[in-house]
Amino acid sequence: MGRYETVIGLEIHVELQTASKLFCGCSARFGSEPNTNCCPVCLGLPGSLPVFNRRAIELAVTAALALNSEVQDKSRFDRKNYFYPDLPKAYQVSQYDQPLAKGGFLEFRDENKSRLVNLERVHLEEEAGKLIHAGESILDAEYSLVDYNRAGIPLLEIVTKPDLRSGSEARLFLENLRLLLLYAGISDCKMEEGSLRCDANISLRLTGSQELGTKAEVKNMNSFKAVEAALNYEAVRQEKILNAGGKVDQETCHWNEETKETIPLRGKEGSSDYRYFPEPDLLPLVIDKSLINKLTALLPESPLQRYQRLQEQYGLAESEVQLFIENRELGDYFESAAKKYSNYHNLANWVQGDLLFQLRECGCRLDQLLPDHLVEILDLLDSGEINRPVAKELLAESLRAGSSPRDLVAKKNLGRIADRDQLLPLVNQVIAENPEAVENFMLGKDKAIAFLVGKVMALSGGRADPGELNQLFRELLKKKNGCEANGTS
Amino acid sequence: MDRNFSEEVAHVSRLARLELGQDEKEQMAGQLQSILGIAKKIQELDTSGVEPTSHVINLPAVLRDDEVRPSLPVEQVLQNSPKRNKDYFQVPRITAVD
Ligand SMILES: [Zn+2]
Repeated sequence: MGRYETVIGLEIHVELQTASKLFCGCSARFGSEPNTNCCPVCLGLPGSLPVFNRRAIELAVTAALALNSEVQDKSRFDRKNYFYPDLPKAYQVSQYDQPLAKGGFLEFRDENKSRLVNLERVHLEEEAGKLIHAGESILDAEYSLVDYNRAGIPLLEIVTKPDLRSGSEARLFLENLRLLLLYAGISDCKMEEGSLRCDANISLRLTGSQELGTKAEVKNMNSFKAVEAALNYEAVRQEKILNAGGKVDQETCHWNEETKETIPLRGKEGSSDYRYFPEPDLLPLVIDKSLINKLTALLPESPLQRYQRLQEQYGLAESEVQLFIENRELGDYFESAAKKYSNYHNLANWVQGDLLFQLRECGCRLDQLLPDHLVEILDLLDSGEINRPVAKELLAESLRAGSSPRDLVAKKNLGRIADRDQLLPLVNQVIAENPEAVENFMLGKDKAIAFLVGKVMALSGGRADPGELNQLFRELLKKKNGCEANGTS
Repeated sequence: MDRNFSEEVAHVSRLARLELGQDEKEQMAGQLQSILGIAKKIQELDTSGVEPTSHVINLPAVLRDDEVRPSLPVEQVLQNSPKRNKDYFQVPRITAVD
């Protein structure tokens, strides 16, 4: 165990998936032309009044429920005052001492162990506008451009307790949080579009100590990988300071993706003096029991529940379950096919193997192949009506054409050939064309048979019955051998 | 004038981005002192068991349906912009690093 223990708490912001903004009817769509989704309310023009978006409230409550956070029957909105150009009103409507929900936890799997990270709170606030810095970065920008399309989009803030102990653990937590929010339909959670963001507080303390050290706040981490890298970097930086007998400054740092280091930001506003006060334009938000009951009933299965269910119901391997959890659509596909096909292991193999491969090959979408059609292919294969290479071909073909594999087999004549009368001409042709392999077999090299069978398979477009071929070759070559032996004696 | 109030005025005016002259600072410090004095007086009341009032209307917030409504034309949005750059508001550089 190291001399120091790393203590990390995260603050996660996610944009809720609504059509309109939190307090006005402006579109919440990403990627509109700059400043086209703005109105007097979200620009903070005098005389305008905010009105809550019901959907935003429901999504926020749903998220809180999914996170086991205790939704408060009455919560309040406050003004967080600070000057920054992305904030047209010079305050952000947020929640201070009466948040939407208190406490909570997220449980997830860390390898084979179960891990639980506690939450401080979940609250709702409005998104700020977007700043585009002219120049290399915020640090050397000559000026900045502001787009207020984003200002006023509903934003959920999730704050963890200082329960995380490393950069990799923080990353794992975020990956699992993202999945949970995706499953519950809260947000599209796209870090690259900024709909999911994460800031971190990190400090070190002597291992075994309960007291928290001085923390630094790290911002500007634009991917989960960056969160891990930034926190690892920052932990080492603080350790060096402490080891040298120094003190860590309480400060805010920016993660620099280029140089892979954290840079302290100075000249920040009288730091935490936000002079919160109750937002006079909004009445308290009351969440009644009936809404909570309704939303609880609508809560979808969580990734963890799904993990356990997939493992129990289908007996799949861990890697398969993990894939079906992370790729929810693929997991749904598997389950849909599994209703009609009971060799789950084989089905999972095909879904994660040949199906994924073919999807990539043709750039197709999963919904272009009905689960029923995949089952049809597997049934044809299991009953011996087609061979494995044909099955793969059929999969590609059905995906492109969208037609039934059974129809394709009939139409394109892809069924297995097991009939000796049909196989015999091919077998004779191969024997005639490959004297060396025939010779080898005669000399006792049994492997030569596989070569000859392969040749017929190729000639038949993968349709010939390999078992039948094997037998046929042996019979014919034995006969031939016998003749030759007789002839020479 | 009480030094504490002078400091308080300096702090608050900086947060509010207000530049005050010396005479204004003194005037504000005096006013602030008397306002805080009243607040202090009120705080002497025993309010244990009384729920704090943040709104005088005792009603819950009203909710609207999540429907998109037309926004302002971009010309109107940018009409009050001190400095416009294409369809953006342009602002001075924000953060300094040392
Ligand atoms: Zn608006």
